[in-house]
Amino acid sequence: MREVAIVGANMIKFGRYPDKFVDELAAEAAVGALKDAGISAKEVQVLVSGNLRQPMTGQRITRHIGMTGVPIVNVVNNCATGSTAFRDAYLMVATGLYDVALVVGSEQLGKMGLLGGGGGDPYDRVYPTEGYAGSETMPTVFAQAGVEHMRKYGTTIEQFAKIAVKNHKHGTLNPYAQYQIETPLEMVLNARMISWPNTLYMCCPTGDGAAAAIIMPLERARRHTAMPIKVAASVLTSDPWSERDLAVDDVNTLTRKAAQEAYGQAGLGPKDLDMVELHDCFATPELLHYENLGLCADGEGGRMIDEGRTYNGGDIPVNVSGGLLSKGHPLGATGVANIVEVTWHLRGQAGPRQVQGAKVGLAHVIGVGAACTIHILTK
Amino acid sequence: MTQRVANALSRPLPYPQPESDFYWQKCKQHELWLRWCKDCNRSYFYPRDICPECFSRNTHWVKSSGRATLHTFAVVHRAPIPALRDRAPYVVAIVELEGGARLPTSLVRVEKDPKALMALIGKKDALEVAFEDVSETISLPVFGPAQQ
Ligand SMILES: [Zn+2]
Repeated sequence: MREVAIVGANMIKFGRYPDKFVDELAAEAAVGALKDAGISAKEVQVLVSGNLRQPMTGQRITRHIGMTGVPIVNVVNNCATGSTAFRDAYLMVATGLYDVALVVGSEQLGKMGLLGGGGGDPYDRVYPTEGYAGSETMPTVFAQAGVEHMRKYGTTIEQFAKIAVKNHKHGTLNPYAQYQIETPLEMVLNARMISWPNTLYMCCPTGDGAAAAIIMPLERARRHTAMPIKVAASVLTSDPWSERDLAVDDVNTLTRKAAQEAYGQAGLGPKDLDMVELHDCFATPELLHYENLGLCADGEGGRMIDEGRTYNGGDIPVNVSGGLLSKGHPLGATGVANIVEVTWHLRGQAGPRQVQGAKVGLAHVIGVGAACTIHILTK
Repeated sequence: MTQRVANALSRPLPYPQPESDFYWQKCKQHELWLRWCKDCNRSYFYPRDICPECFSRNTHWVKSSGRATLHTFAVVHRAPIPALRDRAPYVVAIVELEGGARLPTSLVRVEKDPKALMALIGKKDALEVAFEDVSETISLPVFGPAQQ
């Protein structure tokens, strides 16, 4: 396996684009990534496109950026769609198959999305044995996971709410975030209850977005940029069987497995991380993932947010982009956007939200159903 | 696409599959049956021939006592589809059945107050199964406080 590096990274501001088609959004992100890498579409040898609900988006992108006849792969892996596309491209380059890969993650959600649950949603068929009692909808899966943590460690709804306060505060500094509004603790706690313990501001918004990256073997990358960002680990897991994993996914086990493998691959540990972008589709899982990723010991997640350790400037900043809660979560775009965000910080290009001196960053995504990716990037 | 239309208008129902046909037939008769692994000596959910723990096919059906312990829950205030809006707020849960397997379900006849529900968590076999007849062929197992 060859070492692989990110040479180009770009995303569009997440939000609502009712007047545009998803391939236009995706192409905009792709053109930006090509420009950032300083290459033309003619140099791209393979395109991997992550998009959950709009089939054949990869091919549609090339109608905007140039149809060169290269292989195009369209990837679907629920919320981990974009990051799985990135990993596929990474593997193609690492194994020596191609030298220049373009990865694009995109999605147009409109008003459907995570609260939608029904209505032709890909989650429909995940839990056929339950019927539609409600536990298979995303807010409930992650609410139940939060309640498990409460019963085990006495975690409080205030502690979960503080995650939303933090991520929205971070989001105010990110021009690419869908929302730039602060949500003080009282505002989060008093907001409309969606699925106890998660209130409205503890659920990510739905929206549209796109993000793209250009990757190359490290040797070649060095000829294109003075700041290649190395992919030190690329891991994909599915749910290993556990008692918790009945017909509803356990959001913990596959993250723990992925973290262990990623740290092994990179030869690094959680103590070496300068920043983390993790999958806070709701406030509850972020706190759980502090422990799943080894950022703190089991049962310490609540204290970690109480002490503000995951704020930018704290000892391990988490979701300085605003996270999914504030930045938004256009499903197929999310996984690539996390990698773009970490890349920008490692290059020192993140503006007012820059994590000072960031050299190592981790990007984590979960797709319920289940798929988990972890990428560790280094300067 | 037919499914999509149906979902918007009515409560979506489970899709019985070869592995779970028997499960749903028994639910219809208001009985809860689980698969049991003879090698692990334990039951599991959801119904399938292969034991998810040891991958053995040395498995068979057993009837559950229907008694269960609350493992975790969520109180849904914002129903995901119109068909469930009248029910909100409602309580979905994961319960641990006597005999080990855990099952995703709904709670009935309980206070929809998180504090009361938190207090119910872990109370051994405090719940028992009941069945909600939702169609000609489907009855969903739900759980409420045990009567005795
Ligand atoms: Zn077994």
